[in-house]
Amino acid sequence: MAIPPLPVDRLADAFGPHRNYAPPGGWGDAVRRRPDALVKTHCSFCGMQCGIQLKVRDDKVVGFEPWEEFPFNHGMLCPKGVKRYLQGAHPDRLLSCLRRTDSGFVPMAYEQALDETARRLAAIRDKYGPDAIAVYGGASMVTEKAYVLGKFARVALGTKHIDYNGRLCMVSAGTAYKLTFGIDRATNPWPDLAQAAVVLVAGSNTAECAPITTYYLWQCRERGGRLIVMDPRMTPITRNADLYLPVRPGTDLAVFLAMLHVIVRDGLVRDEFVRDRTTGFDAVRASVEAWTPARAAEISGVRPDDIVKAAHWIGETDRAMGLHARGIEHHSKGVENCLAMLNLFLATGNVGREGAGCMMITGQGNGQGGREHGQKCDQLPGMRDIRDPAARQYIASVWGVPEESIPGPGLSAVEIMEAIHRGEIKALLSMCFNPLVSLPDAGFTREALSKLEFFGIIDFFLCETAHHADIVFAGSMQEEDEGVVCSAEGRVQKINKAVDPPGDARSDALIICDLAKKLGRGEHFAYPRGTRDIYEELRVASRGGLADYYGITWERIERELGVFWPCPSLEHPGTPRLFPDGRFAHADGRAHMQVTEWRDNGDPIDAQFPVLLTTGRVVSHYLSGTQTRRIGPLVDQYPEPRLEIHPTLAAALGVADGDWVAVTTRRASMVIQAMVVRTIRPDTVFIPYHWPGQRSANRLTHRTIDPRSKIPEFKVSACRLEKTTPPADLAAWRRDETGWGSAAYGDQRSDLGRSDR
Amino acid sequence: MNGYQFFVDPSRCIGCKSCMQACAECDSHRGVSMIHVDFLDRANSIATAPTVCMHCETPTCAMVCPADAIKRGEDGIVRSALKPRCIACSNCVLACPFGVPTVHAGLELMMKCDMCYDRTSVGLRPMCATVCPSQALTFGPAEVIERQRASRPVRDFQFGQEHVRTKVWMMAPADARQIAVDVADYVFKGES
Repeated sequence: MAIPPLPVDRLADAFGPHRNYAPPGGWGDAVRRRPDALVKTHCSFCGMQCGIQLKVRDDKVVGFEPWEEFPFNHGMLCPKGVKRYLQGAHPDRLLSCLRRTDSGFVPMAYEQALDETARRLAAIRDKYGPDAIAVYGGASMVTEKAYVLGKFARVALGTKHIDYNGRLCMVSAGTAYKLTFGIDRATNPWPDLAQAAVVLVAGSNTAECAPITTYYLWQCRERGGRLIVMDPRMTPITRNADLYLPVRPGTDLAVFLAMLHVIVRDGLVRDEFVRDRTTGFDAVRASVEAWTPARAAEISGVRPDDIVKAAHWIGETDRAMGLHARGIEHHSKGVENCLAMLNLFLATGNVGREGAGCMMITGQGNGQGGREHGQKCDQLPGMRDIRDPAARQYIASVWGVPEESIPGPGLSAVEIMEAIHRGEIKALLSMCFNPLVSLPDAGFTREALSKLEFFGIIDFFLCETAHHADIVFAGSMQEEDEGVVCSAEGRVQKINKAVDPPGDARSDALIICDLAKKLGRGEHFAYPRGTRDIYEELRVASRGGLADYYGITWERIERELGVFWPCPSLEHPGTPRLFPDGRFAHADGRAHMQVTEWRDNGDPIDAQFPVLLTTGRVVSHYLSGTQTRRIGPLVDQYPEPRLEIHPTLAAALGVADGDWVAVTTRRASMVIQAMVVRTIRPDTVFIPYHWPGQRSANRLTHRTIDPRSKIPEFKVSACRLEKTTPPADLAAWRRDETGWGSAAYGDQRSDLGRSDR
Repeated sequence: MNGYQFFVDPSRCIGCKSCMQACAECDSHRGVSMIHVDFLDRANSIATAPTVCMHCETPTCAMVCPADAIKRGEDGIVRSALKPRCIACSNCVLACPFGVPTVHAGLELMMKCDMCYDRTSVGLRPMCATVCPSQALTFGPAEVIERQRASRPVRDFQFGQEHVRTKVWMMAPADARQIAVDVADYVFKGES
């Protein structure tokens, strides 16, 4: 049973998170010494992938300098980018492999860790079959690592179960774009936003989660463009919105359907564009006939005249753009939400030109690149469908394996955890993923992890999930290896190595390849130059696929400051704006408009749970906080989660600002301090999700997933609220630990048998 | 950095505090920020505003300093108090019309934003204005700002009887207007 070997507060003493505040050597005179090098690379955090220069001295990252020549961000950085250098040379950095023993995690030699991991994975494969093993990847890794991890799962382990934390991020948008446009990528480069006459931002806390995008939105407004913001909360960009639509969580679809209803009703459809460039519009038009603004208003709480106004603004211009993110995507109808939003822009002819298009804002650093080349359970490299016989044949030829040896589609991230809980999957190898904090229904996740027969992790810090691991490999940080990422714009960029992995830590890619050798598949994983050689194979593997990287070399990226895919040949200039010739990526060259059906969310409110709970991010933290909860100045900026609650709801509960509130859903209960603000709907509360333990918002969320994208419904749960007293042990509440309630080992075990719902 | 000016547009601020975090990274600041970002009224609004030193032509802080510790350089930049002279009396803190200086208790010294003159003197832009994701803080040529912005830069301020002219420009909105700040004001409440 994979249960933490020590009381988790003692684990935290040993492995953190501790807060790092100063560069190596401190703030003394050392900071004035000239750096040995300024390495041009990109931020390790979100999908903006801002250019940054890392200051290196004595093989340590000691600071940063803005990189003003990089064309996307011109030196601009959010606080995470400014302080990201503090993750290097961190006291919590794993410097060797670890093995779990009865008395805690103890260092282990690398070779021994490889042998032990390979032996146990092989034993489980022999006993239960290859599909008893699952692999988790992540979208913060360079694309080479995502690629080689996908190949490792299918070629070295032979399992079909590989999926990644992008399943919690981009898949609803990706599925919708594939269905509608035939390709999964934002349609336009970001500077196009400044050229738009109208921008609709739906379900995106842009200022906090994609901060540099704010610059382009503000440029749009300076030029006279109008900004529409649709969100249950007034996020910082709302301060300059020309129209604000306070949508009730889980009802975005109703608003989109009604907007299209208005566009049809008021003659704003671009008939020629729809006739020549799309299919499916007749059915879509019929499906919105009943969706009057009045009906949508009753469901969504957005005023009918505001729905009409938004529809007219988009329909009356030929330069409208849409931006959307997790706010409309983290739903059991996340794909429908995106499809319905795309329909607005297609019906009004607003796709494929400067200042006209619809764009998802990819959340993770390599959220785009990380999903293109084979760590998604249903895709092979080049964004190829794993069920497509031609795609399988081609990839089999690149990999030098029989086509039939490549497994079919496997389970998605949430489904893998459920299969572990059911006992069907016995072993997990995880890299760059902290599911205990980031998956919904964290109590369920913890139970599942405790059932694993073998659990191996590759990471650079001992994240909370790693507390359950049998073996932990000390992997590499972003600045310790090189490779490519693809930004939210679709620009392939180069991550450059600034320092070597410290101690006995290794490149993640090397660890994977060494493991493959131990599993007897070394001939398929011989990359003497590491990620460089992996990239050359990836270029070939992507050739002819949707995400064609063949024409993109590392040298071109450096020379041209990024190249936009698809880029099928070395002479091809890359594709900053999709569909420039009017052809979409489907075989018939048309966009396929999709009918969407209204349905309620998977955790509806009732008399017992009458309040809507939504979750999200804050500007100073990133995802599960494995990195940002270790960076002191970022923790200080937002030390712990707060419950955003409207004064009307707060007054009804007798709650004042700073009071403690118990938030209970059908899964669990947590206590949290209230932040009483008028900037949220009165029927909705918000909690950011970056923390583990008693502060984990994902203990409250539910596991309903979108049937097509398999994304969890983080953005709407039903809850009830009660005013309560502060936690008896506030220090324990604040500790970043996985033990809930008592930290004692025995108490953790006693929780294992609890029923789920 | 000839011809470059410093512009502040609070209406663009998204409260991310990137400027503060970057200010602390300047070699001479050693982990301490000299500027700040505030919510104007978090209970009622998400609006925030950054505060950097405005670098007055006739600095009130210097005029009220009993120790003559605050100097304005040839470059027009008002420096932090001189360490040997500052008596940490906080006169400057109380007198500054923009609320800029702070006295650092541990150091018994007034410290404030110096427009990164150590950076600008070697051709680098100030940290805060370089990183600011919304460009609420901007350091660049005036003609670029005039071309790119709908608002108008001003640097004359009237505080009662007192007129203050600053080196730093404040962007003034061309058409300020009333906006509702309560989500409830926007919510559809049904027919009738």
